[in-house]
Amino acid sequence: MTTTDTHADAARATLLTSGLGNPSRGRAVRDQLARVVMWLAFLLAVIPLVWILWTVVSQGAHLLLESKWWTHSQRGITSRYPGGGAVHAIQGTLIQAGVTALIAVPIAVMTAIYLVEYGRGKFAKAVSFMVDILTGIPSIVAALFIYALWVTTLGFQRVGFAVSLSLVLLMIPVVVRSTEEMLKLVPNELREASYALGVPKWKTIVKVVLPTAFSGIVTGVLLGLARVMGETAPLLILGPYTKSIAVDLFSGLMPTLPTMINQDRTELGQAAAVERMWGAAMTLILLVLLLNLAGRLVARFGSVKK
Amino acid sequence: MSTITGVTAADETPTPSPGSPLGGDAAGTGRLGDRLFGGAARGAGLLVIALVTLIGVFLLWQAVPALARNEANFLTSREWVVAGDHPRFGIVELLWTTVASSLIAMAIAVPVGVCVALFITQYAPRWLSRPAASLVDLLAAVPSIVYGLWGVLTFRAAVLPVEQFLQDKLGWFPLFARTGISGGTIFFIGIVLAIMVLPIVTALSREVFAQTPVTHKEGALALGATRWEMIRTAVLPFGRPGVISASMLALGRALGETIAVTFIVSTLARGSDWSFSLFNGGETFASRIANNAAEFDSPQKTGAFIAAGLVLFILTFIVNAVARVVIERRKAFTE
Repeated sequence: MTTTDTHADAARATLLTSGLGNPSRGRAVRDQLARVVMWLAFLLAVIPLVWILWTVVSQGAHLLLESKWWTHSQRGITSRYPGGGAVHAIQGTLIQAGVTALIAVPIAVMTAIYLVEYGRGKFAKAVSFMVDILTGIPSIVAALFIYALWVTTLGFQRVGFAVSLSLVLLMIPVVVRSTEEMLKLVPNELREASYALGVPKWKTIVKVVLPTAFSGIVTGVLLGLARVMGETAPLLILGPYTKSIAVDLFSGLMPTLPTMINQDRTELGQAAAVERMWGAAMTLILLVLLLNLAGRLVARFGSVKK
Repeated sequence: MSTITGVTAADETPTPSPGSPLGGDAAGTGRLGDRLFGGAARGAGLLVIALVTLIGVFLLWQAVPALARNEANFLTSREWVVAGDHPRFGIVELLWTTVASSLIAMAIAVPVGVCVALFITQYAPRWLSRPAASLVDLLAAVPSIVYGLWGVLTFRAAVLPVEQFLQDKLGWFPLFARTGISGGTIFFIGIVLAIMVLPIVTALSREVFAQTPVTHKEGALALGATRWEMIRTAVLPFGRPGVISASMLALGRALGETIAVTFIVSTLARGSDWSFSLFNGGETFASRIANNAAEFDSPQKTGAFIAAGLVLFILTFIVNAVARVVIERRKAFTE
């Protein structure tokens, strides 16, 4: 579209110099007005971003610079006193996200393969529609569903694995949609060439289609993880906080960054707790940003060649 | 690909043939490997359908006993007493807060988001276009819990004077009536939600606007249109269905947003007077559930909250289905 813009400018320039098609004053004013409004809208959108990042960085950055933040937990530290680190929460967040990906990715990729390579007719339409519905499910509803299933019906405790299960519901649609798009980008000639050599369909998909689309799929997974990591609602309902390091997904409490923030938020009177809260918030933003960045890098350097 | 919305340009772009691979199972050989792999793919699809159905059925199954014991009208009552032998609970207040705050969010986010998308695709100088898009996308990367913190601790002070001003000048109008609440009002929740869903509106609108056929734009310009007239006559009509479905997705997100709203809302005291004012406090479905997560100890209490969650599920289901229909209709038109 940038080329059109230069075309347009050139075209208008010639028109203006020749005196033809010179827009009337009112139209020219409206045109300028629209330009100003668009710029203002953009600036308006950037203000909250800068403001949020500035708030978080100015209040939380210094904690992250201490090595203790990355090596210690909050064990034995009451909200009144500074000190301790966030390693327990970082670990919990990473473990839960990892398990979520482990469950969600195979299901999502297979669903995408079905939709692109196999699906025709009513059933495929239904699957596609359900993926859309899944996209729109609020995280709190996903959490309630897992609660009703895991705790109320099956009688288990609220543990890390239940959190992962609810995050799976939120991650599947993101990965299905991005994988679907990537599979569609794989040129048909590749498939046809493979078929022509007598390779069965499933082997074509596994050995030709998936490797071609691999980087795109990885990008989708990373961005899906980024979305899931910032979720808090399922953690509130299914994953209570603790101050010590915990790695058991199936018993006991498991701390995460969002629940750590939530815990310290209840102690807004204590300077040390407020500091920790912003520190944890910044750590969480950094994690999410890193995943986003990684996803974009993979996308840029390994995209499907057309 | 729009990574924020989960809806892709492929859904939005009218392509005569979506470049689909060889039709159906025609390429399958019927050998064991093919049958297994095809079956697994089909199974994954079936699993997704089963999951969504299960969510609906399960929530309903858990909600019904609690609803049956409810002694107040679920749809019209403002009460929320879920414990004891005489539970009385209704959702009308939750529904009002949820819908009102989401609509405020849409009223702000859609015009601003569309303008930002137009800026990125039509107005920004070349060097700024990509960074500008990434900046707005960055808004989506901020976790919602951080929006909640920032909203309560920093942003609130900036919006309060605006609310005071509106109450002073427009207080005679029921929607802007003075309430004396200085914490999280519906109005304030709406503004924070608007910021949160802005990248969704922008990302999708941007993609559709960028797909406007060059010939349409050049045609408009050749007829002497100014750039704004070109946008109004070529870009906006082409992008309208995309903007509508983007707005629907954003609305779905706003309706279900949990943690930021939970941090911000001022819970109303039990039995306080009802008012339609946007400067009133109140809870949304999601925040009521999240705020009371500790109360899930008996099936009856849990069931009441699940019933609220079910209504939210149905609400977002309808919104998303409408978005889907808009997209499908457009495809049908262009093919």
